[in-house]
Amino acid sequence: MTGQTRDPVRDEWYPVALVSRLGPQGRDTLLLGEAIRITLENDAPLVTAAGRTLPSQSRYGHVWTSLGTPPHALFDIPEADQPGRRLVDVGLVRVKCSPLRAVENFLDIAHFPFVHTDILGAEPHTEVGRYDVTIRDEVDEVWATKVHFYQPQAAKSAAGGITTEYMYRVPAPTVSVLYKTCPPRPGEWDVITLFVQPLTETLCEVWPWMALFDDTTPMTDLIHFQQTIFLQDRSILENQQPSLLPLDPGLEIPTRADLTSVAYRRWLKRRGYTYGAQLVAA
Amino acid sequence: MILYDYILSPDCYKIRLLAALTGAQLDLRAVDFHPGAEHRTPAFLRLNPAGTIPVLQDGDLLLTESAAILTYLAATAGPAWLGDDTPGMRGRVAQWLAFAHRLSASIGKARTHDMLQLPADIDACRAAGTRALRELELALTDCTLRGEPFLAGTRPTLADIACFPHAMLAPDGGIPTDAYPAIRLWTRRLRALQGFIEMPGIHRLHDLKPEPVAVPQ
Repeated sequence: MTGQTRDPVRDEWYPVALVSRLGPQGRDTLLLGEAIRITLENDAPLVTAAGRTLPSQSRYGHVWTSLGTPPHALFDIPEADQPGRRLVDVGLVRVKCSPLRAVENFLDIAHFPFVHTDILGAEPHTEVGRYDVTIRDEVDEVWATKVHFYQPQAAKSAAGGITTEYMYRVPAPTVSVLYKTCPPRPGEWDVITLFVQPLTETLCEVWPWMALFDDTTPMTDLIHFQQTIFLQDRSILENQQPSLLPLDPGLEIPTRADLTSVAYRRWLKRRGYTYGAQLVAA
Repeated sequence: MILYDYILSPDCYKIRLLAALTGAQLDLRAVDFHPGAEHRTPAFLRLNPAGTIPVLQDGDLLLTESAAILTYLAATAGPAWLGDDTPGMRGRVAQWLAFAHRLSASIGKARTHDMLQLPADIDACRAAGTRALRELELALTDCTLRGEPFLAGTRPTLADIACFPHAMLAPDGGIPTDAYPAIRLWTRRLRALQGFIEMPGIHRLHDLKPEPVAVPQ
């Protein structure tokens, strides 16, 4: 591939391994349908595909790589380096769904009372209030802000129900970063991410990761809390139809609560990111 | 009673479910099964050389088999769940407690393979899981024809608790359950029990909740 031809899919950074669990045996996996291998050489990640060495880096607990030539640095999460935060490696979960469906589900609030009942939502508090969504052109990211939702147990550190404020950010097509009210430290945001590795267009490995202010909850409980949430979503993701994410308006009728999803799909289409997507009307 | 627990484990969930149904108090100790593989660490292997969860500790008593833990918990907190009204019922409960091992070894392994990428002979696990579900479907159909809504008779017992989680979670391991109407109805009966609790992948029955009322302003 020449430097002139940009490939919006191959030129992205993707998470492909958890640094803390990458043993001497390495990891064989798929990225965009191609076999890749990840090993550690002198504590630095080495990623190869068919004998070719790919660009790679360790960041946010994970190994990131690209099959192409990323024109930009990996997105920044400044909170990851903030002292006092606990960094939680939640571990991979494989899901038979489009990688874009996994991100879109993470951006949705309306399903909380029905899927994450008594944790992230509860009937009858089902209304999603008005919130703001913008595509920030200067950084080329999707942002949803001023999202408020009543949650019975917003975090492991939350005692009882609170109205939680959220901000959602999509800094890369298969990554979502969630900023959320931090119960023990008002004024700060807990950071919860969903890093998605696209194996194929309809199969992905999801690597949730968190940077939290919580000095009391044991690490394993933090992991289990997030695994609980994500595994409540998994069977629903595996049953969504059509399996590829439609980027054009069609049979699916979004409501005001779906503004983030609408912006995400529009943003993907504008970037020409079509892996795991379909362009004809659903 | 201390339960060494993993939130995504169907075998641990059985114990939590029975405790909820009987009102027993469990002191849960979360085991970092994934991604930490804590059950393979020397400290855990000293507790349970088999390296499996759940593990129940009550004073000097240490139990590492789900069937044994269920039996002990029922004997302690809810003897009716033992299902020993008649020798026949007692035999059927023992039968299904043993059968549940086949579900763990087939459906359980297919599930951790598909979800967490743990090693398994996936085709063999799915085939064995499907065979076990067909047996369960047939047995539940026979039960229904006899007027018995549950696996060991007219009321729920450990037999149902032991087999229920894997029957619900089979699709997680790529094993469809659409073809088993008797299993579906039976799982609905269990989810409707007073005190039922859920786990990720096994949802409560929303239609049993009271009608929503207006949010107070």
